[in-house]
This record gives sequence, structure tokens and C-alpha cells, in this order.
Amino acid sequence: MASTASEPEHTARSTRDRTPTAPISRPPSGLDLFIDRVFRGLTFAFAGLTVALVLYIVVEIGGNAAPAIRKYGLSFITSGTWNVNKGEFGVLPEIWGTFYSSLLALLLGGFFGVSIAIFLTQDFLPRKLEVLFKNIVELLAAIPSVVYGLWGIFVVIPAGRPLADWLHQHFGWIPLFGTSLSGPGMLPAALVLTIMILPTVSAISRDALGSVPPKLKEAAFGMGATRWEAILRVILPTASTGIFGALMLGFGRALGETMALAMLVGNSNQLSVSLFSPANTLAALLALNFPEADKRQEQVLMYAAVILLTITLLVNICGAAVLKRTTAHLSGGGK
Amino acid sequence: MTHVEDSPTPGKVDLPSLERSYHDFRSVLSTLLSIGTGVATVIACIPLFSVLIMLIWRGGARLSWQLFTELPPTAFEDGGGFGNAIVGTLVMVGIAALLSVPFGILAAVCLAEFGPDSRLAAAARFCAKTLTGLPSILAGVFAYAAVVLVTGTYSAPAGGVALALLMLPTVLLTAEEAMKMVPVRMKEAAVGMGATPTQVVWRVVLPTALPGILTGVMLAVARAAGETAPLLFTALFSNYWLIHDGEVALMQPTASLAVLIFNFSGMPFENQIEMAWAAAFILVLLVFVVNITGQLFSRRQI
Repeated sequence: MASTASEPEHTARSTRDRTPTAPISRPPSGLDLFIDRVFRGLTFAFAGLTVALVLYIVVEIGGNAAPAIRKYGLSFITSGTWNVNKGEFGVLPEIWGTFYSSLLALLLGGFFGVSIAIFLTQDFLPRKLEVLFKNIVELLAAIPSVVYGLWGIFVVIPAGRPLADWLHQHFGWIPLFGTSLSGPGMLPAALVLTIMILPTVSAISRDALGSVPPKLKEAAFGMGATRWEAILRVILPTASTGIFGALMLGFGRALGETMALAMLVGNSNQLSVSLFSPANTLAALLALNFPEADKRQEQVLMYAAVILLTITLLVNICGAAVLKRTTAHLSGGGK
Repeated sequence: MTHVEDSPTPGKVDLPSLERSYHDFRSVLSTLLSIGTGVATVIACIPLFSVLIMLIWRGGARLSWQLFTELPPTAFEDGGGFGNAIVGTLVMVGIAALLSVPFGILAAVCLAEFGPDSRLAAAARFCAKTLTGLPSILAGVFAYAAVVLVTGTYSAPAGGVALALLMLPTVLLTAEEAMKMVPVRMKEAAVGMGATPTQVVWRVVLPTALPGILTGVMLAVARAAGETAPLLFTALFSNYWLIHDGEVALMQPTASLAVLIFNFSGMPFENQIEMAWAAAFILVLLVFVVNITGQLFSRRQI
């Protein structure tokens, strides 16, 4: 900042203060102080804008949905008809489909994610292999969801059909297998969704397991516990809040996932427990109907967006709150 | 206590055996569970390899120079390419980066340096974390309401705004973390030499944290490049180039690789499906390259 423009000011200042100045260290000039204030103001403004942006999103979507909210009210959530010609709209099947697919994905993704996290933190493998597997699982997160959708259509559905047909023929009396898989359906969608939340669940669970103080494990071994007794009775309970947070965030991700579901779930407006019947989710409904919507349908879809926004925000905020409590609890307990 | 008294040689404690038999139920259970988690981990890796093999097998087969130079084919047409979609993806990700990177870094400077404990910073941090969990389709709904309805047309900037919304939290939060890693000694030394907080940020904090910040930016770019849902009804799709008669027209529906994959995957024509696989191959290649570049930046940091 030793520009010639600020030179007179700086000499004036330093003679007044009667401090010897070297060319390297000198008090900031007036211009420097001015720039400093402007820049600081600017960064605070942008931090404020981040907050404003979230509010703007809520207001913008909510505002556009307002006419539909006033017109359909709560019946929108409890009704299952979607008839554009008659102007009757309800998203109960979509809400059901959203939760059903996400819960299935959470069940599978939670099991695999936590297994992976245990396998990669509890010294089962040499360090290098651990890192290799960690990178492979994280690469799963890098693949765009539309590519998973494409893969689901041409790999998962054809591969799953024989198994689904067999289950339907032999165990058709169980509601889960009540229909046959005729193409897109809940099961392929949930499977692909599982793969998509796996990296989230395993990465956060791994952090939670990694932050368990090693002395707890050592103490358990010292008392004669086998490796898995130590894991199941000492390490998992200690990391349980962190793992719970991981599951919540994975669930939040599954609820909002769009493309893979829009391509695989079948876009059918029906309520069914069967794993093989086509269904629909809120996000897929938006993706598939928005591009061709007229003005009135647009407002209805905005209403659906408000519901999706509310659900995902609640789940994500809960997950983040749980995770925050874990880190505070563990670092407090560790010291 | 009783068995000590009963032991034949008084004073010698009868210790339990410290070696566990492999046939013991507890050992067997432990081994089985170990094998189980190992198998689960290997199973979880199968989808990645399946996706990659399919991409190379079905997408790689169609690779040719044509793909980059020609326009998408119509229903019964053979051949064709998706040059306009590649350009569209690059343009929209570029717009998104121009919007979100300065925004994110400036806000991160406030969060990490100027007011880390202020109420505003806490609120901004919370909002950024909330945005991380925003479903991508809702970013599209927002951009539709805020840009498409206002300007009256589907356009590349509308798609860019939607993508920027998804990039912002990643850029902001990783930049904040990177700046917090800068040693306090370095900042104090700069302050001791008479630097203002702004000069400290520009001369010390930002250059030192640059690798970390770039990693965040690259990760965000990689994510944005693959997003489809926010583009479906903001940029829509187009069968034409962005440049008409030598003029760049941004305010019109714009093609992107991701939307092309989605549109073509549902078509009953073999040519289109092959194109979808080829586009997926190129998109994944693009995303991986950006991702790995980002990882290299963060490795250099250490």
C-alpha cells in the first residue's frame, strides 16, 4: 500500500504521532481506513443477503402459491384426485410416495451406510485400503442424479423384474409384493435413492465414529470384550447421536431428490404399499408437470412446492441440530 | 472371592484364560459380523462400477467428433450430436459461478474474519446450512418465479440463477472453513505491521486460504454441472445453438446435457437413447475432471 498517492497523508500522520516509521510497518492511511470500512460493510451486506435470500425464496414460492392455498386449503393435503379438467387437485398420494420411498431408502441406506462407516473406521483394513474404499463411496455422490435415472431405467428395472415377478407369484398375499413390476415402480426408485443417500450417511457416520475417544474402545478391550462387543455396546452407543443426525440428513436428501424418482417411480397418482406398483413423489410431480402447466396449475404446483419445502426444511434443521449437539457433547466429554 | 480360597495353592490367583478360542460363540459372532460389514461395503461399491461400465460400454460406443459439432436429431433422424447442449451447460454453470462465487466468498469473509461471533454471522451460517438441504427442484421453482415470470421467457440466466442457488452454500461454507484454517500468527503479524483488517484479508487470509476456497468452488461447479431438476423449467431445452446469425442470444430456451439425457431417455428411439448414454458419459467425465481438479487443489494445501 506504499503508493505515492497516500504518501503525504501518511507522513503527516506519523509526524503528528511522533513515531519513527520504517517503509514496511506504518499505520494505515486515511484511504486505507476508508477502503477498510467499505469492504467490511460489503462483506456484512453479503452475509445479510444470505439471510435475505432464504427469506426471499420462502416469500417468492409462498406468494405464488397463495391463491391455491386460499382456494384448496387443507383438502389439498388430504385429497387424492388430480384432475386438471375439473380443477380438482390433491397431493396425498405424492406425500405418501415421498415418505414411503425415502423411508425405504433410509432403511437400506442406513444399514449399508453405517456398516460401511464401521468397516472403514474400526481398523478392519490397512489405512490405504480404507482411503480407497472411502473415495469409491464418495465418488457415488459425484455422479449426477439424471445419470442414475438413466442407469435405473436400463439396468436396475430389467435386472429387478425377474426377482419381482418371482416374489409376486409366490408371496403375492403379502401387501408389499401385491402387484407385479411392469416397468417403473417404487422398488427401483427406492434402490437408486438408496445409492444416492449412501455417501451422505456413511460420510457423516464415519465422522461420528471417528470422534469417539479411543480410550473407550481400549477400556472395552481391556475388559475382555470381543471386537464386535466393543463396537455394539460401547462405540455405537457413544456415536449414536451423530449417526442419528447422519440418518436425518440422508432422509432430508431423499425427500428432495427429484430426477432419479421422476424417471423411475412411474408418475402414477395412486396410494399403494406394494413395492412394485408405480407411484409418485412431490419432487417428481413438480418436475414432470411444471414445464407444461398453465397459470392455474402453476399455482397448485407452487402449493406442492411449499409442502415439499416445509417438510425438507424441518427434517434438515432437525438433523443439523442433532449433529451440532453431538459435536458439542463429544468435545465437551473428551476433555 | 470364593474360588481364590478354594484354589489348591494358597496365594496364587486363578486368572481366567487370556486367550479366546476361535470356536467360542462370541468369537464366531464377531468374525461373522466383520465379514458381514465387509460384504456390505463391497456390495455398496457395485453400483459405481456398474454405472461406470455401462457409461463406457453404451456411451463410449457412440463417441465421435460429430457429437460435439452437430445439433440434436429429431424423431426418426439418424446421427446428430449435442454441441449446443455442451455449450449451454458451460454457459449456465459459468453464469452460476459468476453469481455465487463472489457472493459466497464475500459472505464467508464476514463469517470467518470480521464478525465470526456476531448474530448476523450466526444467522447467515444457519441459512447457508439450510440452503445445503434445499431440494434442487425447489431452486428451479424459485428461479421460475423470480426470473422466468419476471422476464417472461425461459432463458440461460434463469437456469444460471437456479444453479447459483445450489452452489452458494458449498462455496460459502468451504470458504469459511478454509479461512478459519489460516494460522492466527500470520494475521497478527500483518496487523502488527499496520495492516487494516481489509489488507489482512486480501494480503494474508485469502492467498493462504486460496487452495481450500478453490476446492469448494470446484466441488460446487461439479455439482451444478450435473443438476437437471433446476433447469427443467428455467432453461427448458432447445434444439438450436445459443448463437443465431453471429449474435449471442441468452434470453431464450437453452439446451443442457443433463436435460438432454432426461428428455432422450424417455424416447422410444434407439438413436436418442444412444445419444443419452453418450451425453451421460461426457457429463460424468466433465464432473469427474472438475471434481478431481478440486481435490488436487486441496492436496497441494498440505
